[in-house]
Amino acid sequence: MSGIIGKKIGMTSLYSAAGKNIPCTVIEAGPCVVTQVRTIEKDGYSAVQLAFEEKKEKHTSAAMKGHFSKASTTPKRKIAEFRHFDSERTLGETVTVELFSEGEYVDVIGTSKGKGFQGVVKRHGFSGVGMATHGQHNRLRAPGSLGASSYPSRVFKGMRMAGRTGGSRVKIQNLEVLKVIPEQNLIVIQGAVPGPKGSYVMLEK
Amino acid sequence: MDILSTIAAQLTEKRELPAFKAGDTITVHFKIKEGEKERIQQYQGVVIQRKGTGVTRTFTVRKISNSIGVERIFPDNSPFIDKIDVNKKGVVRRARIFYIRELKGKKARIKEKLA
Repeated sequence: MSGIIGKKIGMTSLYSAAGKNIPCTVIEAGPCVVTQVRTIEKDGYSAVQLAFEEKKEKHTSAAMKGHFSKASTTPKRKIAEFRHFDSERTLGETVTVELFSEGEYVDVIGTSKGKGFQGVVKRHGFSGVGMATHGQHNRLRAPGSLGASSYPSRVFKGMRMAGRTGGSRVKIQNLEVLKVIPEQNLIVIQGAVPGPKGSYVMLEK
Repeated sequence: MDILSTIAAQLTEKRELPAFKAGDTITVHFKIKEGEKERIQQYQGVVIQRKGTGVTRTFTVRKISNSIGVERIFPDNSPFIDKIDVNKKGVVRRARIFYIRELKGKKARIKEKLA
């Protein structure tokens, strides 16, 4: 496996050779710098730490400045580790979008859009209680029963209820790479990707 | 946003369509694939809206077929559009003439714009 950090630009659509209109997401991916190489001997697992996007030095803590100077690079905004990188990578090496090629399938990891406190209909896909007419009122989007009565006399753990929705780490698997534009560090991927525009995403293959 | 529109324009072949807007009557020559063969179907109706920008721009054409209203949405850059004829320019006061859906018979007529 290997990967890269990117930034979601937005969605658009393009036409396939057969004339089909395909929805796609444009991602600015890389160039990323290898800021640390984890090895089994030293860390117990193998991984490559990548850093993406410039950051001002005055916004960087002394500890992080030291970390970046070890890889002899400038401070970066986003850091992520990728386990079991395909090829050997050395400290300070750059990883570009050329890692990917057209027609490949990638997994995209991002933080989904936060929806705030939501009810069970939106959060878990419940269908609400009963009908809208026939005397029914104010229970249209209610969760219904939470369980049985005297036994077990409690609500089971993990019962799906209303609460904070979205804003969690989401991985979308097997999205096709439609286009790679190395001059502008751009990659075009079929379908939607978690998160708002401008958010960081991790691409893995 | 800017990167997005430039990239989208690069990836899509731009088509030159004649200028038309809501209220105009147009004929869309639409390519239809039947197995191996390709033929052209004509779809004539009133444009009721233009929607979107750039490569994702679309238009909706409404026609009455066997006394049933039919609306079809075409993307501007669809490779299946062979050509578009503008048959009539209409006089309407808004950009999206959804009110035409509720009108029948003589009331559903649109005044023609005379050059």
